[in-house]
Amino acid sequence: MSDTPVLEVKDLRKHFPIAGGLLQREQARVYAVDGVSFSVGHGETLGIVGESGCGKSTAGKVILKLLEPTSGSIHLKGKDISKLSRREMHPHRREMQVIFQDPYASLNQRMRAQDIVAEPLGNYEEGSSRRARLEKVAALFNKVGLRRDFMNRYPHEFSGGQRQRLGIARALALNPELIIADEPVSALDVSVQAQVINLMMDLQQEFNLSYLFIAHDLAVVQHISHRIGVMYLGKLVEITDKRSLFRNPQHPYTEALLGAVPVPDPRRRRQRVVLKGDVPSPITPPKGCNFNTRCPYAFDRCFQEEPELREVARGHLAACHLR
Amino acid sequence: MTLQVQDPPISARIRENLGNLAEALRRNPTMLFGLVVLSAMAIAAFGAPYLGLDDPMRQVPRERLHGPSADSLFGTDMFGRDLFSRVLHGGQISLIVGLSVAFLATTIGMVIGLIAGFNRHVDAVVMRFMDALMSIPAILLAIALVALWGSSVPNVILALTIPEVPRVVRLVRSVVLTLRDQLYVQAAIASGTSTPRILLRHIMPNTIPPIIVQATYICAQAVIFEAYLSFVGAGTPPEIPSWGNIMAEGRMYFYQNLGIILFPGIFLAITVFAINTFGDGLRDSLDPRMQRRV
Repeated sequence: MSDTPVLEVKDLRKHFPIAGGLLQREQARVYAVDGVSFSVGHGETLGIVGESGCGKSTAGKVILKLLEPTSGSIHLKGKDISKLSRREMHPHRREMQVIFQDPYASLNQRMRAQDIVAEPLGNYEEGSSRRARLEKVAALFNKVGLRRDFMNRYPHEFSGGQRQRLGIARALALNPELIIADEPVSALDVSVQAQVINLMMDLQQEFNLSYLFIAHDLAVVQHISHRIGVMYLGKLVEITDKRSLFRNPQHPYTEALLGAVPVPDPRRRRQRVVLKGDVPSPITPPKGCNFNTRCPYAFDRCFQEEPELREVARGHLAACHLR
Repeated sequence: MTLQVQDPPISARIRENLGNLAEALRRNPTMLFGLVVLSAMAIAAFGAPYLGLDDPMRQVPRERLHGPSADSLFGTDMFGRDLFSRVLHGGQISLIVGLSVAFLATTIGMVIGLIAGFNRHVDAVVMRFMDALMSIPAILLAIALVALWGSSVPNVILALTIPEVPRVVRLVRSVVLTLRDQLYVQAAIASGTSTPRILLRHIMPNTIPPIIVQATYICAQAVIFEAYLSFVGAGTPPEIPSWGNIMAEGRMYFYQNLGIILFPGIFLAITVFAINTFGDGLRDSLDPRMQRRV
């Protein structure tokens, strides 16, 4: 296997201009993603966590080129795709597929299950017969644990978990190397979540898939990820392997996130860092460290200088002046 | 084990759709009423040549401006032509114009609306042009166009279509704009589906229900406008009977035979009413929010 990671993102930024006034000129910008760098290796799962509005889904959409990046680079298997036009992007799309959060909105209600899963095949295998494509769809149904006699049904005849399996089958159809999963289980029941996560892990084994797994549920991310990145207000504040993140969090925000996970033992008293206040607006992020408005340890330097993401231990990066 | 990897037969799909329509008609009697009246009108108009009526063009100078009688149901006009036959035959033009305008305006509007909704640069130019077109009163624009091109049935159809297009474009564009950001459209882009295919497969089917409803209103409007145009002499050529023509020619003589204005007017009103009733019913049954209430 080569050393080039499947996905390498460098200093990725996505700003949304807010237009206003008579001439619709830019009045301000939303710093949705503001300088994020990470990489995903072959067969690896990188989990990205953060609270809502931190830019994790936007980052996913920019990597998929559903949104144009403001700046920064996205290398997919060593090739920079950040500046490719829609047409130039076409051959690269088949290496990177997506699973969305909402299994209701992400499937076209008017199409049959088999046509939904066959759509990507039709886009890349122009020559193949419809029959051959449907055979492939049948095999995919098998892989994701759906019955073949459901192929003719419409999405509304499936349950939430089954719909998400359909979404997974569609993502697998082109044999991609990387799947970007944008909160793939957040909309499902806990018991169904486990089934879908386990299916994703089995498929990863079988096809040597890489996942960029975006979620806000730490338990789910802990279960599926090899490495985890924590995002706050458009920036990556900490990224490391799963074990050191949970055992030895280096950023105060990560500490607070972990402290907020409930422990199923009423007698155990824990020391918790409880955060006060809300996330500041991404339109006017604070000067210095983004987290200084809520950080219990903030000192002078945090209000003046923005901390860089540095290696604080082997393979463990954090953006905090205290480390 | 047999492998089931086949599409259901087309006939099953057609049956499913027809079943839905029958169900909607059963639940909505006013819609059924509109459809029945409209069908009766169409059968009367297009079946008129086979009913053994008098030739609508044959002039009998001795029997001018007679009132209704057993011999001629609606009486005769100033040239002694049978009014009943003329009114039925006149329905052909009105219905042809109405349906053609509805079909053309929605088709052209659909294509322009889909493209404008998906491409921001086209959108900016096209929508300003549509705004300009909408600022001209429809009937004046139609009169100007017929005056420019000369009066014939195809020209009347075109002249009535052009002012209707902008409204359809706006409607389609608004649906496209809301659907463009739907996750399933994003998923289709991510899986490499080309823009034309996205428009055809994922977006166009969702624009059809509101378009069908709009088409019925356009049809009703066009029937009325065709009569206007004929009445002011800028429409269907005078030798072809149409409701507007009959009323326009006969307006000097309605003291002698009121039917010459009354009957084409009643037929026109009933047709428009039936089309609108049917359109209202369609809207109710196609709008999922209304469905539960009916």
